[in-house]
Amino acid sequence: MLSVGTFVLVSIIKTVIALVVLLTAVAYSVWLERKVVGHMQNRWGPTRVGPFGLLQPLADGAKFLLKEDLTPPYVYKPLYIAAPMIAVVFALTSIAVIPVGNSVSLFGITTPLQITDVNIGLLVVLGVTSLGVYGIALAGWSSNSKYSLLGGLRASAQMVSYEIALGLSLIGVMITAGSFSLRDIVDAQGGTFLGFIPRWNIFQGQFVAFFIYLMAAFAETNRIPFDLPEAETELVAGYHTEYSAMKFAMFFMAEYANMITVACLASLLFLGGWHQPIGSEAWMQNAPQIVQAILPIFWFALRIFGFIFLYIWIRGTLPRFRYDQLMAFGWKFLFPLAIANLIVTALIVALKS
Amino acid sequence: MLHLIIFLVFGLICVAGAVNLLVQSHPINSALSLIAVMASLAVEYLLLGAEFVAAVQVIIYAGAIMVLFVFVIMLLNAGVEERTSGSKVAVIFGVPGVLIGSALVAWVLLTRSDTNPVNVGALPGDPKTIAGLLFHDFLLPFEITSVLVLIAIMGAVVLASHPESVQQAKREG
Repeated sequence: MLSVGTFVLVSIIKTVIALVVLLTAVAYSVWLERKVVGHMQNRWGPTRVGPFGLLQPLADGAKFLLKEDLTPPYVYKPLYIAAPMIAVVFALTSIAVIPVGNSVSLFGITTPLQITDVNIGLLVVLGVTSLGVYGIALAGWSSNSKYSLLGGLRASAQMVSYEIALGLSLIGVMITAGSFSLRDIVDAQGGTFLGFIPRWNIFQGQFVAFFIYLMAAFAETNRIPFDLPEAETELVAGYHTEYSAMKFAMFFMAEYANMITVACLASLLFLGGWHQPIGSEAWMQNAPQIVQAILPIFWFALRIFGFIFLYIWIRGTLPRFRYDQLMAFGWKFLFPLAIANLIVTALIVALKS
Repeated sequence: MLHLIIFLVFGLICVAGAVNLLVQSHPINSALSLIAVMASLAVEYLLLGAEFVAAVQVIIYAGAIMVLFVFVIMLLNAGVEERTSGSKVAVIFGVPGVLIGSALVAWVLLTRSDTNPVNVGALPGDPKTIAGLLFHDFLLPFEITSVLVLIAIMGAVVLASHPESVQQAKREG
């Protein structure tokens, strides 16, 4: 056991590192999105600031900080100011329970690569993301503008609806792994079938759940094709119409941080987390310490990059749903499908044991 | 010791949120206070060791039910409530009533020796225990409750559907 002082110090260091990495990843996801969508639409995307426009996120950040922070008259001020903070705080909180790799030993202290390992980790992520909707809903309401209000209303209805399908799709994984702890779920996915198929949950009969999760996650993060809360052709910019400068940037950060959280969960729960995608991991036993620590993080980051790329790809490909289609899709297709998947998984697990 | 301090802090937040819920005149502020009450209750459950109940408290109450409350307030665009000064009965009987009630509870708790306080982390609240209780020991009450909830949902659907449009659809179809 660590002493209290060391524990606090290690926790603070881990929190700072996790936040810095997450915020950098958020900034560069925006860059990646502009670049990739640009190339898909036969343009260059950002090119002016730095090589390949790599310094664009810094320029954007400086611009957000320096622009005038307008507060329109007739807004309900306390909530208007609190709403972007609520959104960004809940978006950043859920990273606390997400593990990114095995334990590391440094200066004689062994610590898991995770800010805190709680045994209800999955439920914590679900709870925190379900609170994130208040940021959007309150922003829409407190702005006192019809576009914002419609965006906020759409967001709260959509996120509550899709949360059900999302939660149900995860229960199959919990049943297969027999735990709520994200670390246990990943550990259960090590090794291979028949020598070459990895034991990821997606190959353990959870592929339907994976697609339900993927679609519900797009809706939860308000991304195209489910970006109805900020549909610019109908609602100007939806819930953040009345926001400017840093407050607008906070919503932006919250959206991309949520995307990364959802991608982390998808790779932890369905794609084997930080396990090596191809071949046996047995050689890792003899590898140097540094390789044992870094390589799993690399595999994990690769999966997250894949998901972010998928998000961007779909944004460049698909048009937006109509709102009634969105609700019908969630309630009449994803929800029954998730329940069917749950029942089948439970039956299989019960028959096996 | 640290647990006790956190417990007391969140207990205070909980009571303050509940008082604020009653004092606020705007419905959305009241709804937000209720969310604060529920979130701090979840922390209290967590500290007592009932981690599953804490997570469910946040996901269901703070994350789903209160979102619908806020949704309805936004949808109806409910404004500041009307202030009436007529309710003198509440002041004359209510405030002394609350004081006497809490004094009685405190007196009973302090004088009776067999009421041991629950220690921090003492409740058996991990998911496996809860699942055993729900799906083994109390399966019948659990299933009956689910039927009850189903009936309530059907009632809501019937109340929400417009009878005219149903009849029109029947005539056309």
